[in-house]
Amino acid sequence: MTTLLRVSVLISVMALVAGCATPGPSEDSLYQDLGKRAGIAEMVEDLMYRIVEDDRIAFQFKDIDVVQFHTNLTDQLCELSGGPCTYTGRPMTDVHDGMNVTETQFNALAEQLVLAMEDNGISTSAQNRLLERLVELHPQITHR
Amino acid sequence: MTHCSNHGAPVLALVAGLTLATPALADPGSRLWATGGVTTIEGSAGGGLVPWALLAGYASDQEWGGTVTLSRAEVDDFTLNVTGAALNWHNRVEVSIARQTLDLDTLGATLGEDELSQDIFGIKARLFGDVLYSDYGQWSLGLQHKRQRDFDIPEAIGADDDQGTDVYLSGSKLFFAAVADRNLLVNATVRGTRANQGGLLGFGGDRNDSYKAMLETSVGLFLNRSWIAGAEYRHKPDNLGFATEDDWWDAFVAWVPDRRVSVTAAWTDLGDIAGLEDQRGLYLSLQGSF
Ligand code: HEM
Repeated sequence: MTTLLRVSVLISVMALVAGCATPGPSEDSLYQDLGKRAGIAEMVEDLMYRIVEDDRIAFQFKDIDVVQFHTNLTDQLCELSGGPCTYTGRPMTDVHDGMNVTETQFNALAEQLVLAMEDNGISTSAQNRLLERLVELHPQITHR
Repeated sequence: MTHCSNHGAPVLALVAGLTLATPALADPGSRLWATGGVTTIEGSAGGGLVPWALLAGYASDQEWGGTVTLSRAEVDDFTLNVTGAALNWHNRVEVSIARQTLDLDTLGATLGEDELSQDIFGIKARLFGDVLYSDYGQWSLGLQHKRQRDFDIPEAIGADDDQGTDVYLSGSKLFFAAVADRNLLVNATVRGTRANQGGLLGFGGDRNDSYKAMLETSVGLFLNRSWIAGAEYRHKPDNLGFATEDDWWDAFVAWVPDRRVSVTAAWTDLGDIAGLEDQRGLYLSLQGSF
């Protein structure tokens, strides 16, 4: 009972510190499995190297602000996975507006993301759970 | 060309060539691993027995690609060999061709004929949706035009026509992290058909001569991105008075180490065929993508 109480107090405090509404232990387990913000940041960095090497999509990213992209994508994946981050970038539809992102390009990016996760030792389970949340964004990103 | 081994050799060489291909060969396409399914015994992309809404190979909306496949099922009294090839344009249309040869291992001597054979010309169009990205999944409409190469036996046992065309509507959807955080692929196909044993015993018969709607379903669980295990069930009509026809089912494991190649093994149960009971055995399929 006391242990339970302590754990719940601890969680509440953590939630407050994190500035999140109620990320219970199960809601942020994906965040944990991705290696928290540091793990996500590393994975996003790998992803960026992969994008540059990928002829199918590199041209789309030619003139981007690399630091801003890294920070914003990291925060987005952190928030999406239940972590204590707040995405401060522009809305997905605005960001990808006018890029005419094709299915081929979306698939290419998804492939590089999976490979980046694999390289970072992220489990199949965590990969699938992140992809489940990311595919929801597909209509906001493609054909705009 | 009486045996698969004859016309299979170039296909096998091609599959081997693709497997060993250096990066000089263009990538097979951008769709994610295993999202082209494998090749059915009728040449269309799907599982082994059931066509799926997925289009062959890995071509995405700006690409084209295709597959070549060699398959073999050895059941108690028959051996089925299939060679097939398919092309995919922009993940919109798939065209396919397959030759099936059924060796009459047991019946051969009695019938004075050692095989049955047919060619299957397929076309499948993706109507709408994407198996990974759409809430409602991916939907495709397909045709399989089948032509008997030797109609003597089917005719003798009461089949009406030596050719027929199946029409089917398929829906496929992948549910991410659905079972033990693994991705689950679900497919349902409704097929209109007059075919007897898929057409190997001709089309239409004395017991029924009209199109019947048949439900075909399959599920596959991605253990990871290169291993899929699943099962399929295919309802079949029963048109011939000469012998009853059973539904088909199989349980499969597919290995997709890379987009260029896949290997599928299945335990398959084809039920009673031409009066010979409980035709069960192993199915093996090798596919190369380009
Ligand atoms: C699930 C898939 C995707 C997600 C979650 C995603 C997310 C993001 C995020 C968070 C940003 C930063 C926004 C900001 O700084 O305000 C961004 C920027 C960008 N994205 Fe995506 N994106 C995806 C797919 C794609 C694809 C497929 C392409 C093109 C091939 C693409 C091209 C870009 C480019 C070029 C930028 C930089 C835009 C700028 O700074 O002006 N994205 N994306």
